[in-house]
Amino acid sequence: MWRKGRMRERILFNLLQVATVVFFAPLVSGVLNRLKEIVQSKRGPSILQPYRDLWKLFHKDEIVSAQSSWLFRFTPYVVFVAPIFVTLLIPVLTDYPLFFAFMGDMLGGGFVLALGGFFATVAAVDTGNPYGPVGASRTRMVGFLAEPVFMIVFFTVSFVAGSTIPYIVQQRWITPVANFFAPSHVLLLLAFLMLILAEGGRIPVDNPSGHFELAMIDESKSLEYSGRGFGLVKWGGAMRLFVLMCIFLNVLLAPWGLAHEQTWTAVLVAVPLILLKILCFILVLVVIESSLAKLRLFRIAEFLGAAFITSVAAMITRLFAF
Amino acid sequence: MDTTTATLWLQNLNALVGGVFLLVSFGLVAIRQVQGCVRLFTALSVLLGLSAFLLSQIYATWDLVVMGVVDIGTKAMLIPWLLRRALPEEVYTRREVTQVMNIPTSLLVALGLAIIGYVFSKPLLGVSGGAGPAGVNLPIGFAGLLIGALTASVRREAVPLFLGLLAMENSAFLAGIGIAPEMPLIAEVSIALDVLILVFAVSILTRTVHQHIGTTEVGALVTLTEATKDESPS
Repeated sequence: MWRKGRMRERILFNLLQVATVVFFAPLVSGVLNRLKEIVQSKRGPSILQPYRDLWKLFHKDEIVSAQSSWLFRFTPYVVFVAPIFVTLLIPVLTDYPLFFAFMGDMLGGGFVLALGGFFATVAAVDTGNPYGPVGASRTRMVGFLAEPVFMIVFFTVSFVAGSTIPYIVQQRWITPVANFFAPSHVLLLLAFLMLILAEGGRIPVDNPSGHFELAMIDESKSLEYSGRGFGLVKWGGAMRLFVLMCIFLNVLLAPWGLAHEQTWTAVLVAVPLILLKILCFILVLVVIESSLAKLRLFRIAEFLGAAFITSVAAMITRLFAF
Repeated sequence: MDTTTATLWLQNLNALVGGVFLLVSFGLVAIRQVQGCVRLFTALSVLLGLSAFLLSQIYATWDLVVMGVVDIGTKAMLIPWLLRRALPEEVYTRREVTQVMNIPTSLLVALGLAIIGYVFSKPLLGVSGGAGPAGVNLPIGFAGLLIGALTASVRREAVPLFLGLLAMENSAFLAGIGIAPEMPLIAEVSIALDVLILVFAVSILTRTVHQHIGTTEVGALVTLTEATKDESPS
């Protein structure tokens, strides 16, 4: 499959993949917010509102606390760039590995995403705002409870596929198609969905549209940011959710609809297809967010404990299969 | 679709049913609401029925279809209805069920028991001579049996405790239909016994729950305690 003269195209496809994530990530959060408002019988803001917000933020002055160090100014760039690096590693548009695909595996991608989270946490503590450290420590709590689930999910996935490169993993679940219904696969999907809810700061764990500082988990880390820095942090957060959804949809759930041929038309057709898949996933997310209440802080341990049990059940049904 | 592909599909679907069965068993240990417990038990019984239907296709035997229908009819419909009828509404509205251990600990113990179930069913599978569907149903049934026993021992509320015992019975069935699909008599007799035990247990249960309310929920139900004291001086 790897022909020599096609190297340039592979690099260009990889860059197109990054461009897709960068440009459509705000749209995804816009559609999600709009759909949530519609479910609540309200009209809601336009789906282009996140783009307008970003435009406005990038044209505003930035205020930086005199008490903060270089970390505070550096963090928005890390938060913005981390999901872009992960995008280079995962299948977004094509089902064959692109130029940077073997630069890192799923664990590597997880580390890069965690790096962004680490900087956001440290910057939140750095400001001296009392709510920043509260949110930061809560994020760490959710993070370290989610960590074992990530471990087990990756372990099971690599055990099934014999590899941790996402491009190779995705083919294993659907050849033959009956393998899609293997219990380890379905239980893994369930565990990973719970992980996305926890890591993305979605409803049973955290309320992304809440404005009450004491109840915030994810949002309170960016309270001190303004102007361009806040724009980068917001954009980075949207891209992070987009990337997590891509991993869930393209690697684990439904590796259909990706470009198979190495041509520009095939790859460009794959762009609306992935957006369509994400729209379907958003509908599920809206149902979850509209029908569940936010968990109390100490119930989050039980939620992620349930995710852990699900992932371990997936592992043992696979590991001890006779 | 040729026969081998069809069998692969059926086996994978059966394995999926088994996996969800295991997950629901875990849920029965952990869930806090009595209503949720009853729902999970219903799900467990439906899954057992589904597994019976799938296995009847794999082994080409009609007895399992009958068994599945009887199972869904009694355990997924009759028992929840009876529990709903026989118990006062108050049991279902209460939120938290007190447990001997806290929920994460009991889940971890349940996880250990599931692994033990897999380990111990390996030599048993060697005796019964079968991979295939038995390789799914026996270990999951075994694990469900142990988890059901755990549920019965960590729960302090009457209904979840009773449902833990019934879940043990369900899991034993799941293992049974995997390794011995050609034993219709045992299956039907045990289901008939099951219904008998069920009616018996529900009647005892109703009484214990009534007693339970009289003794524990003093703050909320003062008048009721006085009324029971007057009627039965025990």
